[in-house]
Amino acid sequence: MTTMNAVLAAGGPELHPQAAEGVQSVAWLLIALPLAGAAILLLSGRRTNKWGHLLGTAMSLGAFVVGLLAFFQMLGQDAEGRSRLVHLFPFISAGSLKVDMNLLVDPLSISFVLLITGVGSLIHIYSIGYMSHDPDRRRFFAYLNLFVAAMLLLVLADNYVGLYIGWEGVGLASYLLIGFWQYKPSAATAAKKAFIVNRVGDFGLSVAIMVMFATFGSLSYQDVFGQASQASQGTITAIGLLLLLGACGKSAQLPLQSWLLDAMEGPTPVSALIHAATMVTAGVYLIVRSHAIFELSPDAQLLVTIVGVATLLAGAIIGCAKDDIKKALAGSTMSQIGYMVLAAGLGRPGYVFAIAHLIAHGFFKAGMFLGAGSVMHAMNDDVNMRKYGGLRKVMPITFATFGLGYLAIIGFPGLSGWWTKDGIIDAAFEKGGTSGQILGWLALIGAGITAYYMSRLMFMTFFGEPRWDEDVHPHESPKVMTVPLILLAIGSVAGGAFLILGDRFAKFLAPVVGEPEAAHKLVTPYTAIVFALMVVGVGLAYVQYLRRPVPRTAPAGNPAVTFARKDLYGDALNESLLMRPGQWLTRLTVYFDNRGVDGLVNGLAAFIGGTSGRVRRVQTGFVRSYALSMFVGAALVVGALFLVRI
Amino acid sequence: MTGHYLVLSAILFTIGGIGVLIRRNAIVVFMCVELMLNATNLAFVSFARMHGSLDGQIIAFFVMVVAAAEVVVGLAIIMTIFRSRKSSSVDDANLLKY
Amino acid sequence: MLTALIAIPAVGALLVALLPKGRDALAKQVALGVTLVVAVLSIVMAVQFKTDGARFQFTEKYWWIKQFGVHYAVGVDGVALVLILLSTILVPLVVLASWTEAGRSGGVDTPPKRSVKTYMALLLSLEAMMVGVFAATDVFLFYVFFEAMLIPVYFIIGSYGGAQRSYAAVKFLLYSLFGGLLMLAAVIGLYVVSANAGHGTFLFDELRNLHIAPTTAKWLFLGFFIAFAIKAPLVPFHTWLPDAAGQAPAGAAVLIVGVLDKVGTFGMLRFCLELFPGASKWFTPVVLTLSVVGIVYGAVLAIGQVDIKRLIAYTSVSHFGFITLGIFAMTSSGQSGATLYMVNHGFSTGALFLLAGFMISRRGSARIDAYGGVQKVAPLLAGTFLVAGLSGLSLPGLSSFVSEFMVLVGTFSRYKVPAVIATVGIILAAIYILWMYQRTMNGPTAEAVKGMKDLSKRELIVVAPILAIIVALGFYPKPVLDAINPSVKQTLVQVHKQDPKPTVAEKGSHQ
Repeated sequence: MTTMNAVLAAGGPELHPQAAEGVQSVAWLLIALPLAGAAILLLSGRRTNKWGHLLGTAMSLGAFVVGLLAFFQMLGQDAEGRSRLVHLFPFISAGSLKVDMNLLVDPLSISFVLLITGVGSLIHIYSIGYMSHDPDRRRFFAYLNLFVAAMLLLVLADNYVGLYIGWEGVGLASYLLIGFWQYKPSAATAAKKAFIVNRVGDFGLSVAIMVMFATFGSLSYQDVFGQASQASQGTITAIGLLLLLGACGKSAQLPLQSWLLDAMEGPTPVSALIHAATMVTAGVYLIVRSHAIFELSPDAQLLVTIVGVATLLAGAIIGCAKDDIKKALAGSTMSQIGYMVLAAGLGRPGYVFAIAHLIAHGFFKAGMFLGAGSVMHAMNDDVNMRKYGGLRKVMPITFATFGLGYLAIIGFPGLSGWWTKDGIIDAAFEKGGTSGQILGWLALIGAGITAYYMSRLMFMTFFGEPRWDEDVHPHESPKVMTVPLILLAIGSVAGGAFLILGDRFAKFLAPVVGEPEAAHKLVTPYTAIVFALMVVGVGLAYVQYLRRPVPRTAPAGNPAVTFARKDLYGDALNESLLMRPGQWLTRLTVYFDNRGVDGLVNGLAAFIGGTSGRVRRVQTGFVRSYALSMFVGAALVVGALFLVRI
Repeated sequence: MTGHYLVLSAILFTIGGIGVLIRRNAIVVFMCVELMLNATNLAFVSFARMHGSLDGQIIAFFVMVVAAAEVVVGLAIIMTIFRSRKSSSVDDANLLKY
Repeated sequence: MLTALIAIPAVGALLVALLPKGRDALAKQVALGVTLVVAVLSIVMAVQFKTDGARFQFTEKYWWIKQFGVHYAVGVDGVALVLILLSTILVPLVVLASWTEAGRSGGVDTPPKRSVKTYMALLLSLEAMMVGVFAATDVFLFYVFFEAMLIPVYFIIGSYGGAQRSYAAVKFLLYSLFGGLLMLAAVIGLYVVSANAGHGTFLFDELRNLHIAPTTAKWLFLGFFIAFAIKAPLVPFHTWLPDAAGQAPAGAAVLIVGVLDKVGTFGMLRFCLELFPGASKWFTPVVLTLSVVGIVYGAVLAIGQVDIKRLIAYTSVSHFGFITLGIFAMTSSGQSGATLYMVNHGFSTGALFLLAGFMISRRGSARIDAYGGVQKVAPLLAGTFLVAGLSGLSLPGLSSFVSEFMVLVGTFSRYKVPAVIATVGIILAAIYILWMYQRTMNGPTAEAVKGMKDLSKRELIVVAPILAIIVALGFYPKPVLDAINPSVKQTLVQVHKQDPKPTVAEKGSHQ
């Protein structure tokens, strides 16, 4: 009865997963295959240098095939039966704490599985070409496989502990891959920074898990969501905010955004896979997965939307000012994830668009990052867009695929981004009230800025006169790199329509996140405004970067430009607020421990030593003084005896 | 009457004690120690007489034996010290200090 | 069985000590053989251990000093079993790790050649005592092993250590003796209480059921607790550890931090909690405060260290904070987690110390700024070091995570604020481990480490099993937990504590 009430109160569908059958019952293969790949590649050493990259790619493709089979099996099941549980093994048990390693195959997780393994496999293939000259290519593929395995565990786990393991696992893979060229101090620092900032987010997630266990006595999604309505409002809000902190860390949302731009130190395929398509979207997954909790706490939801909007604007502004092509794209990633987080915070009308935008973004942003990698390959690994220009003629395939991704992200009607981003903006307005209006308009403005910075990037790179360095001779990349680009471009073009038309994706996800009340309207009053803002953005960029020649060195900008170039002073803030005081605190503590605590101990020892040094002077070496002390002692004893007698 | 013997014993013991404390010559110190021992012997014997038992006398014999042994060892030590230092002053042998 | 585990290394120690001079190779082989036999025996014992059987198994009991009610009584419960396994597995690896280092000096200005045979004999005698201290079920016997253990360690630090070895050795000895003295007083006090109750005994099983007046119990608790807190070490009794671990040869540092210190936390769980349940509850706020302070304070100190071995030692101070936190949270997941943490910490810190030792012996300096870019020249060393380090910062998938998670969850369900503050430790852990890793392994290769050799086969054989255990326990901790859980349950029954119910269920039961 109580569970029934819970369901009614939460207003959502209940998770009642059945045991998995068929291909789904071997869903563990999804994780095991890439994990085995990583293990073999890491343990075997140089022996596998020759074919290691092929093994890594094969493992990723294998996981993709398993994912596809499981997906098709799911399509054959009716809506209630689409959540399937795969029991693996008991993980932790002590007293009332029982955690099992189980996998949950449901529409939400399978969507991610297909994205991760699909895009992941394409990026594996691309990397064969991109990393072909790197002596450590085998290690690179090992880390990529490790990442895929961890990310799949993150989305497939049926409880928060499994999610947390995957969560930190992708953090590790991200650390290893950002620091892949660790001999560069900047790469090593960026890797460490990413891990530590993520740990701040993980702090939130850990505490959230503790609160959940203390409140519900269990950590599986089924138990937590089922009982969520019975917990007090304060507890639920606390859990929601803590989860949001975790999501902020992993998804580079304000105030934990600073690591993502530095993370571009990693090889470009890494930026495409981890820091654009998959890992950074884990925060969105977390929020959507925990929708039963957020729906019970309007406060937490509101904060989610605020974080989303703030980040989407901040990321867009940063994207406008960067001359480094990867950093401009990273700013854009932040911004787009801001859209997803905003949608996830909007509740039921938003979830579908959050995930749909996530998938569409996975295609077009991965495509653009890989395209940027292809460009960098041609430009001797130079990332400065001011030294690009006119590349469309020498790199036609890269240009075409990148261009399609570009059109998708700015929301050109008909392409992926248009379907999904417009949906998010509509959902924000639909929220109603002042907050809905504010969120909606800010998201609209963000769309305009997106059009501007992406056009700037596009024009500076592919159009205009060449501004290349003298020794650069650009050329199109090999097939192994262009084929993934083409496939991703197809996804960027068609993905959105496929998902959104006829509410296909909404119906698919309904068993997990619930069905939106109203069917999605394709054209709303805002559609025109979005389109107008997009045209304005593109036009502005056209005037600034195509009509006028682009200077090879960045002109000194006004304070606003400097503000954006310095990542909105995020790093400066962290440094002056956290790093410097932290260093002082550390020094102070070390001093205190050495002088204070240890000083006390050593002082005590020195005191005892000093005292005994003085006391030993009594031993003069004169026999007669010893005799005297003996007599005095004897006299005292005799005297004492008399006293006692009396 | 035996009280007088005890007084004599106390006087002898005190003389011996003072001698040990103020004399420097090892031989004299040694003789003073003997004097103290014999003073105690006298006391033991007197007590034996007072209590009419033989215990005190037996102890006195023990003391004598100990005293004899001490003389043997002590004189030997004094001889060696004298040989190496050409002095029998107890204050010269003060190396065993802090 | 247990007596054999104690006797074999003890006899081995004598044997090695009696070998003629100059037969270093033979001494090493004998030591390795003996420790391997002990390891195999202990594994056999672990397999035979029935998790659903009596609490103490493999028990033996003989009169030792009948007049004072002292027994030679040994037996293991799940907690002792896993700790004995930890010791017996680590010791052969330490012997192997010290294969060439033992004869060399640890520091810059130490005499060049040391007696290998004495070192091996000391290691073996230490192993005998480590097994003994975990196996003893007679408080007096426990005390004897507890104190006797100091002697081999004193000599190992004092004559095989680094430049400041004698300072560190004396500090270690005096600190531990001070604690031991308090414990001796408490042990005697315990005997007196039991004698007054009619039947003087030192047997743990009988003392468990003894009724002790609350005030007396508090004093006796303090006697035991301070001894264990020094051993563990808990802030503010920790300052001997960085010196001892920093100066000791790497192999011995593994045993000091990995096993010896566990005696402290083991003692808290076994003796403090079960003999003085009331007093333990009374002192809980103090201990929790010290633990939380230790977690954060140790971590901050670790960040500020410039010496690799001292850094690892300070990370242990932080980790021991977690262990005591879990023990005194008095929940089953807290205590099981704490026990598991003891095992995991032994392995992961052991691996860190061993690898740091390998690295230091190549370069001849323990200062962090003496390194840089090691990964380029010695990728295996760097890779294994990273895995051990990640286990140190409790990365999920590696063993420490499971235990840290259990401790935190177990603590939170009863004490919210300490658990949240302790969670800050996971951020600090990332900083100290990764920053050290970056400064030593990453970046351009420093001039001084160019030409540094990668791990040799022997060194790989030493670390590979430890890393394998770390990964295995990270994914499948069940076997260890199955052994631990029944013992922890007994402890909680003795302390009269039940796990707090989830608040939702509690509300339901009120309705």
